[in-house]
Amino acid sequence: MAHAQSHTKRIWNVFWILSAITIVEVVLGIYKPDVLHLTSFLGTSPLNWLFIILTLAKAYGITWAFMHMEGEKTWFRRAVVWTAVFLIIYLVTLLLIEGDYLYSTLAPLVRW
Amino acid sequence: MEANIAVPNEKKPTWGGGGVKPFGASYGKMMMWFFIVSDALTFSAFLAAYGLTRFKFIDSWPIADEVFTHVPFVHGEFPMIYVAFMTFVLIASSVTMVLAVDAGHQMNKKKVTIYMLLTIIGGIIFVGSQAWEWNTFINGTYGAVKTTDGKILQFVDSNGKQIALADFVVGDRGNARVQHTKGNGLWFEDEGTISQYSIAQIISSYEANPDVQIRTELIDLDKKQKTILSREKGAEELAKTRLIVEGANLEVNEYGNTIFADFFFFITGFHGFHVFSGIIFNIIVFFNVILGTYEKRGHYEMVEKVGLYWHFVDLVWVFVFTFFYLV
Repeated sequence: MAHAQSHTKRIWNVFWILSAITIVEVVLGIYKPDVLHLTSFLGTSPLNWLFIILTLAKAYGITWAFMHMEGEKTWFRRAVVWTAVFLIIYLVTLLLIEGDYLYSTLAPLVRW
Repeated sequence: MEANIAVPNEKKPTWGGGGVKPFGASYGKMMMWFFIVSDALTFSAFLAAYGLTRFKFIDSWPIADEVFTHVPFVHGEFPMIYVAFMTFVLIASSVTMVLAVDAGHQMNKKKVTIYMLLTIIGGIIFVGSQAWEWNTFINGTYGAVKTTDGKILQFVDSNGKQIALADFVVGDRGNARVQHTKGNGLWFEDEGTISQYSIAQIISSYEANPDVQIRTELIDLDKKQKTILSREKGAEELAKTRLIVEGANLEVNEYGNTIFADFFFFITGFHGFHVFSGIIFNIIVFFNVILGTYEKRGHYEMVEKVGLYWHFVDLVWVFVFTFFYLV
């Protein structure tokens, strides 16, 4: 591994992409355009979906480029990524459905 | 098949898999990845629990833009700005970390040293910012009251902008109540900090000032804003006041649901603890770099392993940032 080639340029590229995504998120978070914020799409606002997609894009950039997942053996990568992604999706889906149920059951009992 | 099994051998030490590398990854790196998987599941469990609770109270959850509005040394309200800065610092320190790993591959001791140092500094700035964020959150800004039925009432001016208790409460507290301390009490008992205002004083100030209105936790789902009550309805709700709330702790907070603050402390606290331990690891590796430990060892893989941990901390923050401050 000694004297391997340098990837400095690519590292900085990824950094600028991640920063740009963060800036887009923050600008959207501050201005919250009504078209995106007050409408609904697949259970939540398009703005929230946008935030989630941008977050996943950032997570991909960090894992693949910074943690150098792209350089690992295919099945090692899958052992880590598929396991985590599957379990997280499973847990989040169940808990959010449960949370929605709790709301529909308990909210009518609260007097505002 | 044999290639994937660690075979004990007289000549090789068995710790570390006896030199056998399943998936072409070294023992240490692979174990770091598996630790990261388990830690990722821990964090997702916290965030999923946060999601469940938020869905449960979807019509009254605090709005992040109204909670996290401050920037150090600057007056006024700037939602998102400071936390965006924190995110940027963490991403930047991830970059210096990966540059240190890159320099390590080239056996460039001087560059590794500099980049490790910059990474540590970035981490310290982040933890410091988080401490400041906690301090602001705990001390609170506006103050609110809690009613007998457990709801938080905040105060707004005629423009619907939130105002602090100090902005409209006038007169004397009326009951001559003073802070009870160990020094003057029976049996050396003391009490938690009491507000400088009394409940009666807040109610009479509200009635005297027609510009003040009351905002409840209930969200108007069409506008995604908190509901502001009429003066009459406000007076009715205010009459039920049980407690004056300034700032936040684990039992009560001025922002809304108690469990909102609990999750904030727990999740950002757990993440902050990860950053803190990451800094410690980085410092240890930094000194090892200076001492030439990895130079002697012939490779800088330790920098790579601690780097994986550091990037993971950044990865978690990306999600915390989204689900606490944006969504």
